[in-house]
Amino acid sequence: MDSKEIGSGSSGADLLREIERLRSEKEELESRIHLLEAQIKPRGAAEKDKSGSCSLSSLSCSQMNGATISGLSPEMIHRYSRHLLLPDFGVEGQLKLSKSSILVVGAGGLGSPVAMYLAACGVGCLGIVDSDIVELNNLHRQIIHTEAYVGQSKVKSAAFSCHAINSSVKLVEHREALQAVNALDIVSKYDIVVDATDNLPSRYMISDCCVLLDKPLVSGAALGLEGQLTVYNYNGGPCYRCLFPTPPPSAACQRCSDSGVLGVVPGVIGCLQALEAIKVASAVGEPLSGRMLLFDALSSRTRTVKIRGRSPACLICGENAAFTREKFQSFDYENFTQSPMSDKSSEKLNLIPESSRITGKEYNEIVNTGEPHVLVDVRPIHHFKIAAIPKSMNIPLSNLEDKLSTIDSALKQAAQDSGKCASLFVVCRRGNDSQRAVDYLSKNGFPSAKDIVGGLQSWSQDVDHTFPSY
Amino acid sequence: MHLTLEFGGGLELLCQSTKIHSVDVKPKPGEDKLTMRDLLVWVESNLIKERPEMFMKGDSVRPGVLVLINDCDWELCGSLDTELEEKDNVVFISTLHGG
Repeated sequence: MDSKEIGSGSSGADLLREIERLRSEKEELESRIHLLEAQIKPRGAAEKDKSGSCSLSSLSCSQMNGATISGLSPEMIHRYSRHLLLPDFGVEGQLKLSKSSILVVGAGGLGSPVAMYLAACGVGCLGIVDSDIVELNNLHRQIIHTEAYVGQSKVKSAAFSCHAINSSVKLVEHREALQAVNALDIVSKYDIVVDATDNLPSRYMISDCCVLLDKPLVSGAALGLEGQLTVYNYNGGPCYRCLFPTPPPSAACQRCSDSGVLGVVPGVIGCLQALEAIKVASAVGEPLSGRMLLFDALSSRTRTVKIRGRSPACLICGENAAFTREKFQSFDYENFTQSPMSDKSSEKLNLIPESSRITGKEYNEIVNTGEPHVLVDVRPIHHFKIAAIPKSMNIPLSNLEDKLSTIDSALKQAAQDSGKCASLFVVCRRGNDSQRAVDYLSKNGFPSAKDIVGGLQSWSQDVDHTFPSY
Repeated sequence: MHLTLEFGGGLELLCQSTKIHSVDVKPKPGEDKLTMRDLLVWVESNLIKERPEMFMKGDSVRPGVLVLINDCDWELCGSLDTELEEKDNVVFISTLHGG
């Protein structure tokens, strides 16, 4: 139906439609003005990163060319028809969605379903930021990536998948880590932010940034068999710091790369994050602000709990907050949380003297020359079941205290068999727990115990390339 | 007083990996009320089997632990001074950061 025909017709119904059409056109124009204004504000940003601009003008034009009464093109009506059929969502919801720009921080286990659903549902502009590359051990949960992209940028891979699902969505690839120095530039280009990261300092940084730029933040987290979800900084609701003014001790921060995660768990939380982002973008329903959803996969239970509101004393969003953009950009989030902005970087403990340590290669020599010894593997039993060095003996670090006599008899046995004194070696996954074990053993009757530097990870890299890494 | 205590987000590892504990806790001698302050002391000495510093800091929970009384943030009902009632449900959950 041509809009001119409607304009020349004068029946009441036609006039109402014409009014509706003009209203949506007005909304469209206002949204474009808003976006253009947003581009002017952080001046250097838009100029520096042209590809990173999230202007929806080209999209708006194509929509206008095929304009219908609804303001949606015939193709959009067909593609999103099941959304349009929802009385609570309908044309208005879809139009708002198509004009929204959403930034997904992290293209991992959470970010995969978030980005896929947001692309599929037709948000106007979808930005994805991540500096990681796709690894084989990501694929069990990071379902946006495929084997073909192992070794390549996660953002590139995610954008490819999103484009394959919906080529009409404007995709912006930010192939860099979101950090305090670039976050204001990047985040300012979007209406809504989704925190799909995997570490504590990023969570504080993203929340602070969203407060400074007044952006709602859809925050999800998953680990092991549990997930958590809430919306921060929305409509006067709390920010991350209102809930967690003081960071937890770093020893309390478990990571997927240490503790494991069942693939579908971040998938569930990511889907819910996409849902919350869609609700915020389309102004439909009640976003999960001031509430938190807790998901326990083992017991198939979800509970939604009421959490505190915005704290007047919050250093970032409170009444007397003096947190400025300048302070934000120079704030050291890794130091604040005492943990790294990555799920992978591992601590390098230096607990025991060099003389109490040997390399994997040196240990291999000992095996090859048949020198009598006992190798104790101090990993938890479920790690030991994955893979272990032949003839090693599993005594988890937590049980070491009770198993000293077992070690003693194993050493005596080895000495008896060879007629020589047997040495004691300790190994773990990466070479940290083995030092803790040697430290304990040396003080409890085994002064000559030594650990293998870098653990099984080094063993796999330097000695036995067939030894599986995990 | 009969209470249901739940631990999540990894805190269950401190109490032998059991998430739900159905417990009877008596108020301190000479008192008729049981507060959250008292309950934390009771939990630390009766349920926490390892690394108590991963649960408590000072007389409260450590940073990063949310406490929910009947599905409501304890900050909204008095924190340490909240008086518990028969059959209350108290959840201790460590915030997650993974993804």
